[in-house]
Amino acid sequence: MNYRGPYRVRADRNMPMPRIEHSGDAIVRVTRSCICGSDLHLYHGMVPDTRIGTTFGHEFIGVVEEVGADVTNLKVGDNVLVPFNIACGKCVFCEQQLFGNCHESNSEATAVGGIFGYSHTAGGFDGGQAEYVRVPYADVGPLVIPENMDHDDAVLLTDVVPTGYQAAEMAGIKPGDTVVVFGAGPIGIMAAKCAWLFGAGRVIVIDHLEYRLEFVKNYAQCEAYNFRSLEDPVLFIKKTTDWMGADVCIDAVGCEAAGSAFHTITGRKMMLQSGSAIALHWAINAVKKGGIVSIVGVYGPTGNIIPIGNVVNKGLTLRANQASVKRLLPKLIEHVQAGRIDPKAIVTHRVPLEEVADAYHIFSAKLDNCIKTILIPPSARK
Amino acid sequence: MKKIQNDFSHINGWGIDADPLDVPNYPMKKRTENDNKGMTWERPAQQAQLVEILHSNERPTLSAVFGTPHPPTGLSGKMRRWAFGFSESHVMHWLGLLLADRVQIMEGIADDLKSGHVPNLFEEHGGKAELKHNAAGFAGKVICTAAIVGLAVALLRRR
Repeated sequence: MNYRGPYRVRADRNMPMPRIEHSGDAIVRVTRSCICGSDLHLYHGMVPDTRIGTTFGHEFIGVVEEVGADVTNLKVGDNVLVPFNIACGKCVFCEQQLFGNCHESNSEATAVGGIFGYSHTAGGFDGGQAEYVRVPYADVGPLVIPENMDHDDAVLLTDVVPTGYQAAEMAGIKPGDTVVVFGAGPIGIMAAKCAWLFGAGRVIVIDHLEYRLEFVKNYAQCEAYNFRSLEDPVLFIKKTTDWMGADVCIDAVGCEAAGSAFHTITGRKMMLQSGSAIALHWAINAVKKGGIVSIVGVYGPTGNIIPIGNVVNKGLTLRANQASVKRLLPKLIEHVQAGRIDPKAIVTHRVPLEEVADAYHIFSAKLDNCIKTILIPPSARK
Repeated sequence: MKKIQNDFSHINGWGIDADPLDVPNYPMKKRTENDNKGMTWERPAQQAQLVEILHSNERPTLSAVFGTPHPPTGLSGKMRRWAFGFSESHVMHWLGLLLADRVQIMEGIADDLKSGHVPNLFEEHGGKAELKHNAAGFAGKVICTAAIVGLAVALLRRR
């Protein structure tokens, strides 16, 4: 795929073939890639330094086609799932298993590690919504897909499942806690599902798209409410928690949240702040004193208007990060294989890579009850 | 207050990752002996730099690997170089990059035309999907656009 500007992408058969540029690289022939909700921030032109011609895609699996001279853990022909973080495995952050914060994979910004296909702000790497992709540090991130694993499950383990799981993990959920998840997109759905693994006593999801609320209610066995029919979602949560607030709130929306004309106009339209932060605003105000707000929604690098005074006065803990996929994979593979998490159940659309423009529009405009889209390159359909 | 249920037997894996003795149970910073030593780790081999790579002025050198597609070019490239003169903490860094992104849209169209490719804006915007899944909305947009254009033409003619 080839990004041409906000809301404009096309399938392009003339994109250059990636090549080994470092002795630790591998070239992977992509067999499946997904469109992530955070890809929409790129698609909508909200992420600075998203250059024309970029190929998006940080959720992909594929077959190793070529390896650099120093790669020893992979061989040609291996089926691999590739975490969205590009991590060296050597820096002080990788040493602490903060693989999303690697210091040796992104020259352009120090605030984020390298991410496939996520603008030059995240390192300028092309992504996996393509037929072939260059994978740096191939000995560190990629994992050979277990033989009995469904490949739709595998591709969802590159981001969606780890990010949803880490959202619940960072929330410090204790048995019996009431957990409120803002956003019923793929990450919010997975965060709600994973909250139970930590012993949540009650899980509530807030969104405004009825078809997604209906889905998450069944998939994550939780309560689901439409904020458009609640009048005030914060007040609703206070009332339903005996006026205390939730123990934990998770922001699984990020910078394109609906629900506030002020945030929409100043953040999404005028870009005077890094998108709309109304979901985070609600999360801060809906959590109880001393509670925890876990943020996995993506925000831009400048700033947002949030009630930081309430964070201070309520004594809240804010925890946030890009998911550390490599750290979480062993545990999550176990959960998937034991049937505790069924990632592929969230896939609603399987689209040929050549129809990438339509796939983006369907996902962006929330058409056809779209929740998760997998793109299939021509070579994987033979 | 809605009562919290007591029976979670219908949820496969409920509480399997809960550890009441591990408080707080979210991942805490793992201190290592290298924590306070700065950038002293054994760096991976450095990727050869064959194209221009802009790097944040909050780091001394390039990272060991980097993406090479789409190096800065043209007016947008000049704007990006200027923006990288500011730190990531400075709003001009990000505003400069966002403006460069907008300028590069026009450069991209010019490049397409120079190479003999006329962009199919209808398809690139996902028009086929809009027609298929939201025909009424599509018709509304067409009518709205036609009305605005018609009004503009009428106003211009009156002058």
